[in-house]
Formats: sequence, C-alpha cells, structure tokens
Amino acid sequence: MTAVAVSRGWTPWLLAGPALLLFVGIVLVPLAMTVLLSFHDWGQYKGIEPVLILKNWREIIDDSYFHEMFARTLRISVLVTLIAALLGAPEAYILNRMKNPWKGIFLLVILGPLLISVVARTLGWALLFGGETGVVNKALLELGVIEAPLPFMFTETGIVVALSHVLMPFMVLSVWAALQRLDPQVENAATALGASHFTVLRRIVLPQVMPGVLSGGIIVFALAASAFATPAIIGGRRLKVAATLAYDEFLNTLNWPLGAAVAVLLLVALIVIIVGCNRLVERRYAQVFQ
Amino acid sequence: MSRNGPLALAFHTLFVTFILAPILVVCVVAFTPEGYLSVPTDRVSLRWFRAIADYPEFIDAFWNSVWLAAASSAIAVGFSVPAALAIARYDFTGREALTALFLSPLMVPHVVLGIAFLRFFTQIGLGGTFVGLVLSHIVIVFPFALRLVLSSAVGMDRAIEHAAISLGASDFAVFRRVTLPLILPGLASGWALAFIQSFDEVTMTVFIAAPGTVTLPVRMFLYIQDNIDPLVTSVSACVIAITVVFLVVLDRIYGLERLLVGRGSGDGA
Repeated sequence: MTAVAVSRGWTPWLLAGPALLLFVGIVLVPLAMTVLLSFHDWGQYKGIEPVLILKNWREIIDDSYFHEMFARTLRISVLVTLIAALLGAPEAYILNRMKNPWKGIFLLVILGPLLISVVARTLGWALLFGGETGVVNKALLELGVIEAPLPFMFTETGIVVALSHVLMPFMVLSVWAALQRLDPQVENAATALGASHFTVLRRIVLPQVMPGVLSGGIIVFALAASAFATPAIIGGRRLKVAATLAYDEFLNTLNWPLGAAVAVLLLVALIVIIVGCNRLVERRYAQVFQ
Repeated sequence: MSRNGPLALAFHTLFVTFILAPILVVCVVAFTPEGYLSVPTDRVSLRWFRAIADYPEFIDAFWNSVWLAAASSAIAVGFSVPAALAIARYDFTGREALTALFLSPLMVPHVVLGIAFLRFFTQIGLGGTFVGLVLSHIVIVFPFALRLVLSSAVGMDRAIEHAAISLGASDFAVFRRVTLPLILPGLASGWALAFIQSFDEVTMTVFIAAPGTVTLPVRMFLYIQDNIDPLVTSVSACVIAITVVFLVVLDRIYGLERLLVGRGSGDGA
C-alpha cells in the first residue's frame, strides 16, 4: 500500500465496523452453526435432534458410497485443473503476443464468458452433445462418422469437459496477469544470444509464468471441487459429486445433519489442499526470484 | 498477429471455438421454429421468445433477480466504502485478518455458504424471505465491491484531501466533496461487477430461495433438471444477450481487463 497512515486508535475499526459486524453475523455465525449441525442426530420421524454425536461423520468415513463420491469429486477436479492448465496457459501466451485490436477483442471473448450464467453455459454443452438430438452428435451420425451418439450426458467425461469450459477463463486470467509482469526484453535478449524459440519458452517464459499457472490451478481446482450447477445438469440425478450430494441430503432426503457433514468435510478438505498448495507456490516463487 | 506462428494460430482458433461453441449453440437453437430442440435450417422463428411471455414464472424470476442484484450490490458497495478506506489508509493490528475475512466469500464454496444460510435463516425466521436473499447476496458480492473500491482508494492522490482540509473543510465536507467524487468510478464499476455476480449466482441461492423468491438462474436450473426444451433455450439466449450488452458497456467504460485482473494492491489477497 502506498499512502498508509499510522494507526489512529479506533478510527479504522469504526470505519470497518459495519462490514465486520455484517460478516460476523452473517458468515461466521452461520458457518459455526453448520459445523455444529453436522454433529446433530437425525431420524425420519423425529427430525433434527440437537445432540452432539459422531454418527454422521462415522457414516461418511465408513460408507463406501461416500468414498466413491469424494473420489469422483477429486478425480474430476484434478482432470479439470490439468486441462485448464494445458490449454489455458498456452492460450494466454498466444493472446499476449497478439497485436491490438485483436488482443483486446479476444481477451473480451475469452474472459467475457466468466460473467455469463453458468446455467446457460452448461445448457450449451447439453445442446451440443445431449443424446441423439445434440447438435454435434446429430451431425456426426448423419455424416456416418459414428454409429451411436457419443456418450456425454450423465458421464464423468461430460462433467469434466463442461467444467473445463466453465472454469477456463480463471486460468487464462491468472496466467495473463503473470505474463504482464514479464519483461519482453529478457525474451529478446535470450533470442539475441542465440536461444531457439523453444529454449526461450522453456527456460525464460515458463519459469516466470509458473506462479500464475499454479495460482490459477488452485482457483480452478477449488471451484471444480465445489461446483454444483454443471455436475447437476450434466451428471443428472445419479452421478453425484460432493456439492450435488449435499444438495440432495438437504432438499430431497431432508437429512440436514448428514448434508452439513458432507459440506463441512468439503470445506475442510479444500482449505487443507489450498493452504498446502499455496505454501508450495510460495516456496517455488521464492526460488524463481532468488 | 504476426508474432504467432501458424501452429499457434491454429491452436488459438480451436480454443476460441471451444469457448464460443456452447454459448453460440444456445443462441442459435433458441430461434428454432420446431417444437423440439433443433438447429433452424431453412427458417428462423421467434416463437420461443414469444412463448416466454406465457410463462410468468420466468418473468417473475427475472424481476426478482434484478431487484435482488440491484439492492444487494448497492448495500454491499455502501458497506465497502468505509471498510476500503480503513484498509487503504490505516496500518492497524488485524488489518490482514480483516481483509482475509472480507474476501473469504471468494474462497468458501458457495454450496457451503448456501447450507449455512439455509440453516441460519431457518433458525432466525428469515427462511425463504427476500430479506434473507438480500443479506446472503450482500455477503457474496462484497469481495468484488471491496476490491474495486479499494483499488481506487489506494490509487487516490491524498494531497487533494490535505488541500481541502488546510482550506478549512470539515471531515464530512472532505469526504462528500473530494474523496467520494474521486473514488466514484471504482464505486460504479464495483457495483456493476457485484450486480452481475449476484444476477448469475445459482449454487447458493438454490438452497435458500422459496417458490415466491426464486431468481432467474435458479428457475432455469430447476427447469433444466426436469427437461431441456426450446423454451429454456430462448430464456438462456436472453440472459446471454443481456450479459453481453452489460459486458461491452463495462469494457468501454472501465476496461474488462482492469475489472478482472485488477490494479492496485487490493487484489491477490
């Protein structure tokens, strides 16, 4: 920060007070209540009983249904993160080498979808590949390229592809931001000293944008692991991930304590993974600039 | 474009196709004259756009979303101004923690927030009410408002304020006549970004919206869960059109890159 005054006692707290009260009242208290809820008991007829037991947690730990669901969530998130990094990082680099006005236009085209409703974007994938009426499937069937429609709806592949599309702009954004800090003269110097284009990419560009790729990866992973609308629409009612399972427990089965336990586990797992990765990125980042 | 080789341009073309195809297909299928999902081949029709008028649930949900987004973004900006000034101008113990708390809705999964709000609002008697929706949306759009107000507060030249004070202006006059006009662009773009975030939010809202307070994305989501037909496609096309108009205006006024990548030290936290 540039113009920071020395603390004048209570002034900053008075200024930030209203927002702080709001956050304590409407974020911290509800989150604490949710953690508490995950320890409550529940029965079909008795409803929620405010006792402190480990029943829900034991169910999640023991039941293979939950293992399978969390493994699927993890698998999907890892794949989506890898796809986003492998496609998004090169695209950000290409974008950065473009000249205006193309640069500005394509930046708008690629980042703009970030602000378009996730439901509308996922619907697009359902229209492209959904069964025999899907646009792509229909065209391929008519051309005789395939004999049966490509399986997309209600498959993990479908969820991975659609989620990669939904979250791709975050990766491009993050790598783009890292590229803006890169001095083009370093690249030119390497080329002038006789380095091939590939060597410049590998030895000069990649190490410097790696923090951007990693922090973009963390964002994409976190959002993929907790994604709801896309897996719900593409995966249907059977192929559950953590978020859609919690939704089911809350609004269909009405077993709120179990749903709360799933949500709390998701939150804790994400925090552990994010904090761990952040440490790694910071260590790496330090190495890059030694 | 000369600095990119043919391979890079081929990759770029495929990438842009990947990004645009699902969005364009929604807009194309929406114009189908048929009663089922299909790409209009020989003629286009507006029948499915006219059909929206016969489904008041989409119209009502649209207005719910507009009022909710406008109100929650305005209140969030209101809360964020003093908070941003405190963070930008004072060095106090707990500043980092406070900033982290204010930005936390970006990191806590919306599904977890949805569950927490459902439990909380049900307990305090606000379950399914519009007030509950506004409160929850204030929280989730607050980081976006704060970031933009913060970056304009950090980038501001304090000398102008000092000049006003030395000329005898009261604290309030300095704020209203000097500070506020200077951070107004940040305020306006913060509100606009917050508006879009609230307007698009579905994951958290699906938990706490009652039949009377359903927002447009939630209505679309629930509709798609039952079946996908040209009607929901034309509704989606309208939503995409509105967003694109908003996007282009925002890009012209503030610059999309600046809006999303951010400048100043408010981001990255």
